[in-house]
Amino acid sequence: MRPRQLALHAALTAGGLAMLFPFVWMLLTSFKGVRQMLNDPISWLPAPWRWENYPDALGAMPFGTAYWNSFYIAALNVTLTLLTSAMAAYAFARIRFRGSGVLFVVFLATQMVPSQVTVVPLYLMLAKFGWIDSHLSLIVPTIANPFAVFLLRQFIRAVPVELEEAARIDGAGRWRCFWSVVLPNIRPGLGALGIIAFLASWNSFFFPLIFLNSPELATVPLLLSQFADERGAVDYGVILAASAIAVVPTLIAFLIGQRRIINSMAASGLGGR
Amino acid sequence: MAVLTRARAHAARAPERVRNRDGLWAAFFLAPQVAALTVFLVAPLGFAVVLAFMHWDGLGQKQWAGFSNFAAQLSDPEFGRAVWNTVKLALLTVPFGLGLALLIAIALNSVKGSGFYRVLYFLPVVTSSVAVALMWQVILAGNDNGVLNTSLHRWFGINAPDWLGDPGWVVVAIAVVTIWSSLGLNVVIFLAGLQTIPPQVVEAARMDGAGPVRIFRSVTLPLLSPTIFFSTVVAVISSFQAFDQIYVLVDPQDNDGARTIVYQVYELGFRDFQFGMSSAAALILLVLTLLVTLVQFAAQKRLVHYDS
Repeated sequence: MRPRQLALHAALTAGGLAMLFPFVWMLLTSFKGVRQMLNDPISWLPAPWRWENYPDALGAMPFGTAYWNSFYIAALNVTLTLLTSAMAAYAFARIRFRGSGVLFVVFLATQMVPSQVTVVPLYLMLAKFGWIDSHLSLIVPTIANPFAVFLLRQFIRAVPVELEEAARIDGAGRWRCFWSVVLPNIRPGLGALGIIAFLASWNSFFFPLIFLNSPELATVPLLLSQFADERGAVDYGVILAASAIAVVPTLIAFLIGQRRIINSMAASGLGGR
Repeated sequence: MAVLTRARAHAARAPERVRNRDGLWAAFFLAPQVAALTVFLVAPLGFAVVLAFMHWDGLGQKQWAGFSNFAAQLSDPEFGRAVWNTVKLALLTVPFGLGLALLIAIALNSVKGSGFYRVLYFLPVVTSSVAVALMWQVILAGNDNGVLNTSLHRWFGINAPDWLGDPGWVVVAIAVVTIWSSLGLNVVIFLAGLQTIPPQVVEAARMDGAGPVRIFRSVTLPLLSPTIFFSTVVAVISSFQAFDQIYVLVDPQDNDGARTIVYQVYELGFRDFQFGMSSAAALILLVLTLLVTLVQFAAQKRLVHYDS
């Protein structure tokens, strides 16, 4: 048993190092100068350490603004997704109405449509609304989220109906039942969905790329890709300093909440079981 | 309890007025999602179907085009390459990515202290795809600039291909990056699936004299097959939709080997402003996705084991 455990740990550690290597290399390279990378691309340590890569990256692009943009857009997306999808999930799980089954199938079917299929008409429509080059284009359409409805419906179905019936006998209306009985009982589901929605919004690139033009409106991933384009494939020290600025804070947030984040994503991957 | 049963019986006999009110409440609770889905998903999908049969550059008159957009795309060698690259990418990422994830999950399931490894493998999942692509650009770069090729050359005398520049190899490079960044998610999903397998079942098989390989084939794999099936469907769909890492890692404008259907949709729509062509390409992608998913659902009847 012992040697087998040891071999497994060795293999897993080797794999883990392979997972870690690109991050480590990003951090090391972010302190290197162009000359070092051209002369000796495989030297580990920066020589000399170019700390100025970081102020250079920060000064060249409005990263502070991009951080704020990404943050408030993600926060709004999470709030709107949680509220509206919990409401719809409640209707599907608890209210009997005509056409409920058909409507739910339609919800599931829309989930199959890749966003790239609808992006051109969506762009034309948002242009009509005057929402192109505005954060509204990243906030309002994101509300439509059949996956979230499906996930929360699973969680609501696991809440005993008796709780709600008791509340209704005490005179609570539908909204009270939803808000004060059901929602507090699906907190793990809301937490999981909140994390998933936050990450999806924070890391989203396709829609910002297409819908935004002004640099001061850019989100972090969009600004990062524009910065890399501008610098070309030469000055990797500064480009990776910018990447590190974009990535490290989210990695720290991940490390703090890792258990919860990983469990949420594993559970939702299993369909909320 | 008697009160509750009576309440339920009462609800079942609810007068018309109450049931109408239920309909109103359902409409109220569903309204935001239904409105958003209709406006931002269903309507654009309908509009995409109409556009696919039109010639339109966004400014002039829309002109009826019949099937000519589809015909133009399907006979365009560039689009053919894009379809082939999309399929190749799926054939590389899905089996290798899920196979590797399954191996790691099984290893994690049989060691103590798997939490630390879970975090390590999961890091790329929460990392922005743009940053991921930039990290890998430095590693995979050719012309004696990249870490990988320079190491291979100096230590082993191997002249490796220019992963990002060579049209024949770039799909492999994209597949490696895609597998690396989604591995952790598949690992934790498989791990969660493995943890639902009752230890008694495995123990019983062992008592009957089954070795590790036999246990894997006859116990683990069947019991995990619903999870594997679900992950395969999701992995195929997301590999068909891959865009971010490709766009940042190699601009397919410079390297045809990286063109995928999604990239064609983007280029036709937002660089060439041929909205009709772009929508036609998008619908071909949708049909391909649906077909592959249907085939998978048909295959699962024979391959996936559900209890009860």
